[in-house]
Amino acid sequence: MKVSDLAIQKKEDQELVALAQEGNFGAFDTLVNRHEKRLYSHAMRILQNREDAEDVMQSTFIKAMEHLPQFRGEASFSTWVTRIASNTALNVLRKRNGLESVSLNEIVEENEEGFIPHPEVIADWRGDPSKIVEQRELQEILDEAISNLPEKQRLVFILRDVIGMSISETRDALGISAANVKVRLLRARLALRERLTYRFEDPQKRHLKTHSHDGDEEKSTSAKILFQSYLTG
Amino acid sequence: MKCEDLLRMLNDYVDQDIDPGICTDFEVHLKGCNPCKVVVDTIRKTIRLYKNDEVYEVPIEFHDRLHQTLRDRWKKTMDENKEN
Repeated sequence: MKVSDLAIQKKEDQELVALAQEGNFGAFDTLVNRHEKRLYSHAMRILQNREDAEDVMQSTFIKAMEHLPQFRGEASFSTWVTRIASNTALNVLRKRNGLESVSLNEIVEENEEGFIPHPEVIADWRGDPSKIVEQRELQEILDEAISNLPEKQRLVFILRDVIGMSISETRDALGISAANVKVRLLRARLALRERLTYRFEDPQKRHLKTHSHDGDEEKSTSAKILFQSYLTG
Repeated sequence: MKCEDLLRMLNDYVDQDIDPGICTDFEVHLKGCNPCKVVVDTIRKTIRLYKNDEVYEVPIEFHDRLHQTLRDRWKKTMDENKEN
């Protein structure tokens, strides 16, 4: 069956997959066009390196091509190909870090259950960041903030909040416990919030470090010590 | 609920994965504690800024090379299938 280029471009992913499975390269090529920018952005976020991100893209779409006959559509094409790209990118990262690296998959997980840093800079933002700064500057601010996170936190944040994986999918992708996914995610979110607040805060609406919360008088001594060590350390 | 309790459950609240009873306690606390309310609001804004992140342009020369590689690969596979 011949399908014109224009007709192909209007089709939903599901229909394109069916056409590609019948041997229509144009349909597959359209799927690649449709998803490459998003997947490239994910790979860049994970790997922070253009050449590695390009390698991941190529491997991802070759794998998708090879496994297309077995694709049954239980998940959407978008979800399926995102999963391939994420796993491929994480494998590149593991190799880059060395096969003996424990940075993604700790044999003995450190005590991550405990201390959550108390937010230091608490202030409303001046407005919508996309209106406060130019798009390019906003991009630089977001890049700078996320690239300063420890790798463990950065990966969890990207998989969960940028790519949209569930906690259990993130746990499986990184080979860590769900509890550690949650605690790393919380730390990442708090750290990014803090950095972005420095850039976008309304200084007149800043709460002092020593602000009083309701219930502070009941705060345990240990919590006070942790809070103080966070502020000073 | 104290601020530290709220901090520990922040993910569950932001992700709407929280027991309804605890959610009510959470919201009662937020009504009386502006700093915590600001933290929750700015966490949400932070996540929104990064969500659906498609900010990197695929370099054009790589785009062309990728599509050519896939086209060649596709043709090769089809030819092999015909031979079999």
